[in-house]
Amino acid sequence: MTDDHTYDVVIIGAGVVGTAIGRQLARYRLRTVMLDRCTDVGMGTSKANTAILHTGFDTRPGSLESALVRRGHELLTAYAGRAGIALEKTGAVLVAWDAEQAVRLDDVVTKSKANGYLRAHRITLEELYRREPALGGGAMGAVVIPDESIICPWSTSIAYATEAVGAGVELRLGVEVTAVTRDADAWLLRTTSGSLRSDWVVNAAGLGSDLLNHQFGHDEFTVAPRRGQLIVFDKMARPLLSSILLPVPTERTKGVLVAPTVYGNVLLGPTAEDVPDRQDTATTAVGIHGLFDAARRILPDLINEEVTATYAGLRAATEHPDYQITTHDREHYACVGGIRSTGLTASLAIAEHVVDGMGAGGLSLAEADHEPAVPHMPQLAERATRAFEDTRMIEDDPAYGHIICFCERVTEGEVRDALRAPVPAVDLGGVRRRTRATNGRCQGFFCGAAVAAQFASG
Amino acid sequence: MSRSLVTVDALVVGAGPAGLAAATALKLGGTGTVLVVDREEEAGGIPRLCEHTGFGLRDLRRVLSGPEYARRWVERAVACGVEIRTRTMVTGWAAPGRAEMTGPSGVLEIDARTIVLATGARERPRAARLVPGTRPSGIFTTGQLQQWVHREHLPVGRRAVVVGAEHVSYSAVMTLRHAGVHPVALVTDLPRPQSYRLFDLLVRVGLRVPVWTRTSVAGVYGRDRVDEVLVRGPDGDERSVAVDTVVFTGDFIPDNELARLAGLSIDPGTRGPACAAGGATTAPGIFAAGNLVHPAETADVAARRALSVGRAAATWLRQGGDRTMPGATERVRVADPLHWVVPNMVDPARAGDESVLIRSRVFLDHPHVVVTQGHRLLASYRLRHMIPNRSHHIPSDWWGRLRPGQDVLISVSPRPGG
Ligand SMILES: Cc1cc2nc3c(=O)[nH]c(=O)nc-3n(C[C@H](O)[C@H](O)[C@H](O)COP(=O)(O)OP(=O)(O)OC[C@H]3O[C@@H](n4cnc5c(N)ncnc54)[C@H](O)[C@@H]3O)c2cc1C
Ligand SMILES: Cc1cc2nc3c(=O)[nH]c(=O)nc-3n(C[C@H](O)[C@H](O)[C@H](O)COP(=O)(O)OP(=O)(O)OC[C@H]3O[C@@H](n4cnc5c(N)ncnc54)[C@H](O)[C@@H]3O)c2cc1C
Repeated sequence: MTDDHTYDVVIIGAGVVGTAIGRQLARYRLRTVMLDRCTDVGMGTSKANTAILHTGFDTRPGSLESALVRRGHELLTAYAGRAGIALEKTGAVLVAWDAEQAVRLDDVVTKSKANGYLRAHRITLEELYRREPALGGGAMGAVVIPDESIICPWSTSIAYATEAVGAGVELRLGVEVTAVTRDADAWLLRTTSGSLRSDWVVNAAGLGSDLLNHQFGHDEFTVAPRRGQLIVFDKMARPLLSSILLPVPTERTKGVLVAPTVYGNVLLGPTAEDVPDRQDTATTAVGIHGLFDAARRILPDLINEEVTATYAGLRAATEHPDYQITTHDREHYACVGGIRSTGLTASLAIAEHVVDGMGAGGLSLAEADHEPAVPHMPQLAERATRAFEDTRMIEDDPAYGHIICFCERVTEGEVRDALRAPVPAVDLGGVRRRTRATNGRCQGFFCGAAVAAQFASG
Repeated sequence: MSRSLVTVDALVVGAGPAGLAAATALKLGGTGTVLVVDREEEAGGIPRLCEHTGFGLRDLRRVLSGPEYARRWVERAVACGVEIRTRTMVTGWAAPGRAEMTGPSGVLEIDARTIVLATGARERPRAARLVPGTRPSGIFTTGQLQQWVHREHLPVGRRAVVVGAEHVSYSAVMTLRHAGVHPVALVTDLPRPQSYRLFDLLVRVGLRVPVWTRTSVAGVYGRDRVDEVLVRGPDGDERSVAVDTVVFTGDFIPDNELARLAGLSIDPGTRGPACAAGGATTAPGIFAAGNLVHPAETADVAARRALSVGRAAATWLRQGGDRTMPGATERVRVADPLHWVVPNMVDPARAGDESVLIRSRVFLDHPHVVVTQGHRLLASYRLRHMIPNRSHHIPSDWWGRLRPGQDVLISVSPRPGG
């Protein structure tokens, strides 16, 4: 085994959690690598979620999730500002639609306080309809959660990975870990492209975290994938709402919500269905029609708007009601699994928590000479000044004046940048997640071929 | 940094057949500066990307290929003194009558006394049709497929299902064949194909590509690439078809974003801006033409009708171009199973000089088309048949008998099934 393949830390899984851990480790004098079997970062659950930066008002008080979501909200809000990740603090209103739900609103406020979030409060129906005039009739009461925000999930993983790579962390994509053994002083990981040796291993494998955990000789949890289907509506629907519209949550799920997106669309979903297959991200007729039924009540005008996209993501649910984070000090193994429905929000706090734990468990955390530089991500926020409307950018480089994806107003310059970025797009999906190109209402009718051609020619 | 501001008499958004025809008529009607902007590399609109023949019969009186047809319209417009700027996309409105746009020279605003929107229509993509399944590559619309094949020369696949059996679906079959892809079948949930009999024969008998009627697409599956399309037949039976490509054709929807951002009232049938004869919208001084208004006609129909929109806009300018004058208000509506009508608003000041286009959602034999205003019967016509996704023309002589203040209703009797 050559020195080339010997690491202090290997992180398996480059989703939002794995890349956040990579970013956190980048500040120390360590040889770290992030591995993922996909060809891009954030290709698992991290790319297909509801994109809400939660306050944690409805988490289980006292749980690890509660603490990390609260801390993560704070950290990611600040980080998004520095890295240029699209984020909008729209606030949320949680609406009761029947008497039984209305009775539970006070509990929602109480639980929120128990979670350390003090700004949730009841509002009158009058205030509710003033705030959300297009809301369906018949609401019975509401709670406002002023700090619930919406965020760009794609840029988040990419920003973390970019920062880590900039500070010397390696990123190996298209590499699957297939077997784990160990000798006296290191872990040996067999992968689809060679073997690696590492002092520490972090399992951030999302839906695969339990299977990998078995390979490390542990079986604290089993992942039971819970599918969430979502519908993205045309930007023309965006004026219908100003905040995230939440239902009263149940034990099992946060329920179907309607939320704006930072790209200026409206999102409806998710469903919550247990599925046996860990890769089953198909939408179904039943799922889609169920969401339409929910929308008819919450925001009736929404269903007259065009649908831009439908997709599904899988939550890594387990038999336990909390995250499954354990640091096995003696083995130099950290398991970061079961990050179900709040991992985007909590990512930076999870990374902080895990790396602290590894430090306490003996990983040497000597500071590197330079602090990692926060990257500047391409501007994807609909509300911000994007390249096509930025006179100065176009003056400096006319490629930003050449719009090639019309619906999303993405310029030739931005597609070029995505192909040359430190963590570059390697396929059309990668271009989409870095620029929004072909993500719009025409889904490629006008621009699909031109974007594909620019991709093909580099 | 300030944006540059340009002032023109008329701004036409979209240099497709309709925009170019409207601009030509504006110029011939004595308008000073007429500027057409288009976001594509070249002017000409969708025909520019349609290599096949079949353009120009009703306006240029000859049959041309798409690019040839597009070039003729560009030449005509330029010869009349119309200015065309390409690679320039109108992205919104800075104020009423003032368009914001981005082009190679940067961001600019254009102040126009009159505006004609001719932004065209697109085919509804897979997601908008709520077809469930996964999101692999290999899913196209005809528009995307044509550019993929004819403009960028990218590889497509091996076996395809074509969703739809209207005019443009046959064009998808030809493009697939050209790209070496085997079209397995056309799939339509209607009981019969909706294009010309000749096309149907060419494809079914000539190329042996079957049309599966009363059949819908129940799902598209595959991990990286499409490997299966699930179709549901007339008896509700589902069956898997092994293909690597699916083309969603037709089912056109206007590119109405600018119209909506301008606050124009949208017609519930066409989903384009509601328009009176001559293309007048609910905002005085803003006109609309082409497939934005009637999704989707052939190019020659779009261009011919756009000529009269250009003439109406020129007349409006000559008469002083008063934006404070109220726009059209009364609607022309359709009753089920009719799908839409164009024009769909009444402008009492103008009698229409074009026919009225109506569409049905279902096949109808010998329908009796009835035009009423309140309890007044304005006109009735017997048509031979109505075919979904195709327009039928009815005369507009009743336009002169309208009374202000009341909507008009167009319905058919007997109802389908009769
Ligand atoms: C419908 C839905 C809605 C959600 N909404 C929100 C929300 O609004 N806000 C929020 O904060 N969170 C939300 N979440 C949760 C959030 O998306 C997840 O918690 C988060 O993405 C988990 O990140 P991860 O990195 O743990 O997992 P993943 O993103 O799944 O990453 C795991 C990675 O590990 C890789 N991997 C697995 N096994 C191996 C192996 N053997 N070798 C190499 N690589 C491997 C996979 O390829 C994958 O890329 C939602 C989730 C769903 C499904
Ligand atoms: C696959 C296919 C095959 C067809 N085959 C035939 C055929 O054989 N024969 C036939 O007669 N017809 C055919 N048609 C129909 C024909 O293309 C249309 O009737 C015709 O193009 C309509 O003209 P238009 O000007 O309304 O719209 P378009 O041709 O769509 O032109 C609209 C123009 O507006 C521009 N635009 C839109 N928004 C903006 C903006 N915000 N800023 C700047 N520019 C903008 C677009 O770039 C485009 O160039 C076919 C259509 C398709 C899709």
